[in-house]
Amino acid sequence: MKIHEYQAKELFRRAGISVPDGKTCSEQSEIPAIITGMKMPVAVKAQILAGGRGKGGGVLLAKSEEEAVAAAQKILGMQLVTKQTGESGTEVKTILLEQGVNIARELYLSLLIDRDRGGIVIIASQDGGMDIETVAAETPERIIKVHINPLLGLQGYQIRELIFGLALTGAVAKDFAATLKKLYTLFVSYDGSLVEINPLVITREETVMALDAKMDIDSNSLFRHPDILEMHDNREEDPLEVAAAAHGLNYIRLNGTIGSMVNGAGLAMATMDLIKQAGVEPANFLDVGGGANAEMVENGFRIILDDPNVRGIFINIFGGILRCDILAEGVVAAAKKVRLTLPVIVRMEGTNVDEGRKILAESDITLTSARDLKHAAELLAAI
Amino acid sequence: MSIFIDKNTKVLVQGITGKEGRFHTQQCKAYGTNIVGGVTPGKGGQDVDTIPVFNSVADACRKTGADATMIVVPPPFAAEAILEAVDAGIALIICITEGIPVMDMLRVKNGMAGKKSRLIGPNCPGIITPGECKIGIMPGPIHTAGGPVGVVSRSGTLTYEVVHQLTEQGLGQTTCLGIGGDPINGTNFIDCLEAFANDPETEAVVMVGEIGGSAEEEAAAWIAANMKKPVVGFIAGLTAPPGRTMGHAGAIVSNGQGTAEAKLAAMRENGIVVCESLGELGEICKSTFC
Repeated sequence: MKIHEYQAKELFRRAGISVPDGKTCSEQSEIPAIITGMKMPVAVKAQILAGGRGKGGGVLLAKSEEEAVAAAQKILGMQLVTKQTGESGTEVKTILLEQGVNIARELYLSLLIDRDRGGIVIIASQDGGMDIETVAAETPERIIKVHINPLLGLQGYQIRELIFGLALTGAVAKDFAATLKKLYTLFVSYDGSLVEINPLVITREETVMALDAKMDIDSNSLFRHPDILEMHDNREEDPLEVAAAAHGLNYIRLNGTIGSMVNGAGLAMATMDLIKQAGVEPANFLDVGGGANAEMVENGFRIILDDPNVRGIFINIFGGILRCDILAEGVVAAAKKVRLTLPVIVRMEGTNVDEGRKILAESDITLTSARDLKHAAELLAAI
Repeated sequence: MSIFIDKNTKVLVQGITGKEGRFHTQQCKAYGTNIVGGVTPGKGGQDVDTIPVFNSVADACRKTGADATMIVVPPPFAAEAILEAVDAGIALIICITEGIPVMDMLRVKNGMAGKKSRLIGPNCPGIITPGECKIGIMPGPIHTAGGPVGVVSRSGTLTYEVVHQLTEQGLGQTTCLGIGGDPINGTNFIDCLEAFANDPETEAVVMVGEIGGSAEEEAAAWIAANMKKPVVGFIAGLTAPPGRTMGHAGAIVSNGQGTAEAKLAAMRENGIVVCESLGELGEICKSTFC
């Protein structure tokens, strides 16, 4: 789960990690009052969950109160288009106003899960403020990686490796070490999957400060982080995805015309691929899970049909625990309830498949039964 | 022959008194699995469908001589359940549970280093040696006993699909297992491939991967260097949008890493017969293996 910059900075602040003084604003009418009295310059930053905000025009620096008000009024409410938002962009519903900092140097620092090694990796670079993937591609020698065994935690020699690698000395080195220790503890205690600070700045006052903050939290850990759950902002998510999640359905919306309903994530992905290979485009990923019941099938139908691009539906179920006869009954009931008019192709296999096919054949709803996946692909191509 | 489990495997179920635990225990038992006990702390001394329940894994092991365990406890307690089984010295731990926090699995993974226990999963359908032993939630009847094909996969229902197609083509299976859809898991592709390579009854292997991570690439390189038996490969997720988690926590393309294209290319370069369209998998296996 992604959280906003201002939310991550609040966690940083509570953990004792230095961040610029700042205030958030979500109402145009409150902008002047919030800015009055702030020490200039001020950075005005759009708070959206997608990356690439700076390049998209969502971050402006103002030298006077007038400039700050103008910048805030411009950014708050704008449709911000970045490389991650898509063409239509994302509406900026909150801005962060931060007091300027005297920057001496800009560094890059991130912590993430290293799935290949089964540990935590810290990545740092002297080239802060730049796109780190570009740095890694063009000047890999300027990237420092330190691998942490989560049972042993962050060791002193590992902190020193970063300090020397980043050419930090004196008070700055000490402050960096303290900051890194706090950040590591925060990352582990909040089940981070990513913390990225770009830039982490060295101020002219020789302190270390997180000028930016990006934090992703492992969704599977939210049962033990009620405070993070409260930070969840689903306003940037697709409304159909939000509705599906509320029904316990795993749904991701895509741009195609063929909706699909499948049990199991791997089979659902393979089914999308099959749709594409048949010459049509998948409209969604939908995994109704191994224990799907008639109600979930009905909800799945509704979500798929709420996507106006959908021209046909492919149901692909491998019945194991979920029996095919139960599924078939669910499909028939749901199709009647939602007054289905689009073409539907059903491919079922597994437990009680003959009973399931009989139920579909004897029902008065129009659908096409596929004998197997190859046959299903032929039927899809004909839609 | 088979890998990891056979008719002699004595199986515990951690979480046997839960609804799912009880149901799948019955299913495994009905398939012929030798279920010797269950574990639910605080319910020791009771029984579930005549299977004795113990308070701890250590206690259950002492009294039953179990050498494998199936874990079906909820995500907040699953990592600890694995560690308890490791501590009790159980040789084979199969964790079905989906949704264990990654940080918990990092501790489990590192805590298991150097221990003799093998972990399969988590977030997996389990393992089956057809006709002998089923430890997991897969439907038993789709399998065909006697080999010669071994199946290893990161998925659940997709594995059933593959097994069904093999059975339809008259190709039986030695052992089929899912290694799980999480980013941090126990047994990996290479462990299974090595075991299949050493199993005289397994003559060919189907490997089913998906987007995310680099396990398939590493397995492909291992196959080129070590595997003498033919391998057919399939990867799910060609159409998955980048940056989105596709159901399985580990199924995500991030920063251009873990794409289906890269995995398919690695498979091809290393001599694996790639199946591009799922509908043709059974036929491709038939023509490659027979």
